[in-house]
Amino acid sequence: MTDEAKRPVSVFLVDDHALFRAGVRAELESITEEVRVVGEAGSVAEAAAGIARTRPQVVLLDVHMPDGGGAEVLRRVRPELPDVVFLALSVSDAAEDVIAVIRAGARGYVTKTISSKELVRAVVRVADGDAVFSPRLAGFVLDAFADRPGSAPISDPELDLLTPRERDVLRLLARGYAYKEIASELFISVKTVETHVSSVLRKTQLSNRYELSRWASDRRLV
Amino acid sequence: MGHVPEQVQRTPETAPPEAETVVIPAPRSAVEETGPPKLHRRRSGRAVAGVAGGLADHLGVRVLWVRVTFALLGGLGGVGLFAYGLLWVFVPQNAKEEKKEGTAKDRQQAFGLIALGVGLSVAGGALSGLFSGWVAAPLTVALIGAAVVWREADESQRRRWRTGAKTGVVGTLSGAGGWSAAIRILAGAALVMTGVGVVLLRSGSMEQIQFALLAVLATLIGVAVLTVPFWVRLVRDLGEERRARIRTEERAEIAAHLHDSVLQTLALIQKQSGDPREVARLARGQERQLRSWLYGPSGYGDKEKSGSEGLAPSGGRLSEAIATACGEVEDSFAISVQQVVVGEAELDEPLTALVHAAREAIVNAAKHAGVDEVSVYAEVEPTAVTVFVRDRGKGFDPDTVPDDRHGLADSIRGRMERNGGKCRLRTAPGEGTEVQLEMPIKVGKVA
Repeated sequence: MTDEAKRPVSVFLVDDHALFRAGVRAELESITEEVRVVGEAGSVAEAAAGIARTRPQVVLLDVHMPDGGGAEVLRRVRPELPDVVFLALSVSDAAEDVIAVIRAGARGYVTKTISSKELVRAVVRVADGDAVFSPRLAGFVLDAFADRPGSAPISDPELDLLTPRERDVLRLLARGYAYKEIASELFISVKTVETHVSSVLRKTQLSNRYELSRWASDRRLV
Repeated sequence: MGHVPEQVQRTPETAPPEAETVVIPAPRSAVEETGPPKLHRRRSGRAVAGVAGGLADHLGVRVLWVRVTFALLGGLGGVGLFAYGLLWVFVPQNAKEEKKEGTAKDRQQAFGLIALGVGLSVAGGALSGLFSGWVAAPLTVALIGAAVVWREADESQRRRWRTGAKTGVVGTLSGAGGWSAAIRILAGAALVMTGVGVVLLRSGSMEQIQFALLAVLATLIGVAVLTVPFWVRLVRDLGEERRARIRTEERAEIAAHLHDSVLQTLALIQKQSGDPREVARLARGQERQLRSWLYGPSGYGDKEKSGSEGLAPSGGRLSEAIATACGEVEDSFAISVQQVVVGEAELDEPLTALVHAAREAIVNAAKHAGVDEVSVYAEVEPTAVTVFVRDRGKGFDPDTVPDDRHGLADSIRGRMERNGGKCRLRTAPGEGTEVQLEMPIKVGKVA
């Protein structure tokens, strides 16, 4: 771990606003040695090429972009570079946008108003293989897995339901608790919290639940 | 959000046809481009109207075979001609195709096939005894007349027709097109009249009932053939015009909104740039407003997909009420309130009380906790709505609160209990504060 900590995490920025990329880059580079920006891109094609060239550890991915957005970048890059980790970074409040990138394989989601320090922490955490759930994402996922009356028959109960524990963890995440606080609240270890969060992410990505794809329209019907 | 009324009014018109099929990952811009290629009539290298060419392009076969098929079908009681005519009316011409002329041999072949098709149709009609020679001649005259008018109505005259669509029927038939168009239309109409007239005269002297019927039929066909292309195009042009108008209106609305909100705020920020707290407050307020306008439940970005559901009265939803409350506190206390709402419910009296209590709790946190961020989490469950208001601030010892402080006692606990809800408090000095509010709801209220 000590060796790892010394080597900065390489980060690639994808956002269609050059100004935003410049801002993030400046902030990341000025406040910490922990991350190093190795490249940036403003479009889906540019991102696919740039990521293949620079082989970063983490890609900070904008959700809303022309020609398909973050989900499209994920679809193009992931089959060839499964080791690259994606962290969605968005100003969007539209849950379907965010869920789409998470479904496509992003390891987490943070909003653009996040402080630079927190962003660095999130980058390091996803680089270590952890999932990063902002309270808002936790809310979106809870919503997506909600058992509403009249919802579709469950095809794979193993995947399509959250366990009560996972639900508790997500609720606390949505309430703004840190992992440590969740652990002490539920009388479990931080490691267990991480396991639950990872399993929720896996379910979100693998779930066949009809709900997840039909979700956007369902939500509007309520 | 002063623009809500206009948005709501226009919602049905702006809903695109793909409204029902939108699913999560579809990027909005890409949705329109997908789907099978549309059938278009060819603009160039055509013998009559480009129907056969367009069909050949669409099916990926040689145009010659399509023409032969039409010609042969003409022998089957004129089916080929009828099909061709229908396609002519209903298939739009390709607007973007580049110009390329067919070879002379190709054209010759095409005209040969047209003659063959018409000949087969007439012969087929005559052989099957559908009409006698006497009727065939005027009917042919009428059809040729109609074809002339029709030709005039084709999209080669598109612009004229479009102006026509705006100036009304009279303008379409006479003006805008110039003398040649008028003469051709009159000639076509005259030919149709002649055909109809001959049939009528003939039937009068023969006193045969089927001739009278045929005359009526001929008249109807004449009228239909004269007007159908006009109506089809009129409807199409009107649709196009309406789309253009909606786009313009939408753009104007966006511009107005940006002027009212973003530009004003930026101007204010320039003036206040010495005061970071004020700048942050302005920016936060503006961000929230724009965000709800773009992505919110009744927001702009949602409108096109949600269709008529957007007509629900705004402010009637729990999530919106909570967002409004959080926004108000953000603005008046210059703190940031992070709010997450899971599920949705219609507001009724107890839930309104819940929102008020939550607002009071947020205000308390903003006033006393000494932090600049408060988390609000609301969840709608089948039997109850719970709200958590939490800060990581100073915290306090509930037992030492002086009796004259009524905030928590009356505004929060009292309000909750009067409406059948519960209020729990978790706090200790230095530990932050969390207010938990729970309000049971009637079954069926959960949406």
